[in-house]
Amino acid sequence: MSSPDSTEAQTHTVRLELVDEPGELLRALQPISDNGGNLMSIYHERGNLTPRGHIPVEVDFSCTPHRFETIVEALRDAGVNVMQAGTERYDEELTVLLVGHLVDTDLSDTLKRIEGCANASLNDLSLSGREGTDEQSSALLRLATRAGTTEDTLGALRKIAAEKDLHVIEPLTEVVQ
Amino acid sequence: MSGRLAVLGAGAVGRSVVELAEEYDYTVTAVADSQSAAIDAKGLDPEAIFTRKDADGTVGDENPEAALDASYDVLVEATPTTLGDAEPGFAHVKAGLEHDRHVVLANKGPVAERYGDLMELVTASDGDIRFEATVGGAIPALSTIEDFGPGHITAARGVLNGTANFILTRMAAEGLDYEHVLAEAQDMGVAEADPTFDVEGTDAALKCVILANVLSQGEQEFALDDATVDGITNVPGAALDLAADDGRTVRLIGEASRDGIRVGPRLIPENSALAVSGTRNIVQLDTTHAGRLNISGRGAGGPETATAVLSDVGRLL
Repeated sequence: MSSPDSTEAQTHTVRLELVDEPGELLRALQPISDNGGNLMSIYHERGNLTPRGHIPVEVDFSCTPHRFETIVEALRDAGVNVMQAGTERYDEELTVLLVGHLVDTDLSDTLKRIEGCANASLNDLSLSGREGTDEQSSALLRLATRAGTTEDTLGALRKIAAEKDLHVIEPLTEVVQ
Repeated sequence: MSGRLAVLGAGAVGRSVVELAEEYDYTVTAVADSQSAAIDAKGLDPEAIFTRKDADGTVGDENPEAALDASYDVLVEATPTTLGDAEPGFAHVKAGLEHDRHVVLANKGPVAERYGDLMELVTASDGDIRFEATVGGAIPALSTIEDFGPGHITAARGVLNGTANFILTRMAAEGLDYEHVLAEAQDMGVAEADPTFDVEGTDAALKCVILANVLSQGEQEFALDDATVDGITNVPGAALDLAADDGRTVRLIGEASRDGIRVGPRLIPENSALAVSGTRNIVQLDTTHAGRLNISGRGAGGPETATAVLSDVGRLL
């Protein structure tokens, strides 16, 4: 990708490590909004612990590239441990249908693997199946993918689906003209 | 312009060509089905031929091969599509070109499976070939590509099988499952008793192969084996419901470019130009300087496909 215009807001993701105490999350978000970051999503991974026994939190926000550096600095100044800071952009949405014995083939494992090996994060899932033992079910997955990685994500998805004998109905990625 | 036609194949398309020829100022001098032929250098009477065909299954007293030696300006090849060696269609085209006559194909087999062989025959002949009817029925897909110049089209895609599209449309609209809608389509005559060719994506793939061959301009030759093909039999009604809840739908989409051919059920926005309903077809062309072009219409049927055949005849004479 060509170097972005420095005045253009981009989506950034930071991965923070928080102590499990009241008010910690709010304290960590303050430097972001104080420095002109526009909060977009917060993924509080309750139940997961970092190697140091803290709670990982993934925060997406938009700001100009210049402000991003200031925000990361402000976070560190405030004593928040920034584990990862990138300008990775989850700005392409990919919608796919999965069809087959989704439940029998461990749906949560399927989803975990999609998130794990593809550059994607699951935004939304709708599941539909008819009652009965032998019926297949269908799921509509809305994935957020990083810019330019749609083909990789689809490739990973095809592989996982093939292993579990699931059928993928892919979107037609029409290039906007 | 007047001209004499020899029509091979007396199915829906061949029959319509014979019936509509007069309206286009053409004379039909020979008609053949798989069993027989009728030949008359002064011109045949369509009504008499098809009355006989309906009564005893033959169009005339001659051998079918005799039609190839009749006097004609354009040979119309409208026998059923066959895969692999594409015979007997390919032999018919060969005979016509070796007589230095023009040939118009409605039969996809020779153009999809033996494009290179076909072009060699054209080079050696004073006759030329056209095959608009092989892709998208009445839709002028190939002549549009020709008008733009294949070099100015980067990719083609579309809904190219009316039967599969009818089934998907009905499944989505009525919340019914594949088997149910297929049976309904067979009752209505929209799907054949053996729908494999349509629902497994083979028919759409052949059309995409033809598009890819035209776009490649002989630099690369494609056949059905080069296509990645998936059909609609694995698409359950529940999946269409989920798609609809999200403002989307599923269509059997064929894609063709110089890089290859792919056919399969795909998620598209419900308001996409490609989301045509029922048996309707659409061809979408990406052009180098003029954006995207959408041409939709009837992709199958006797008179519809015959219209494409007769337009080709007009371009050759």
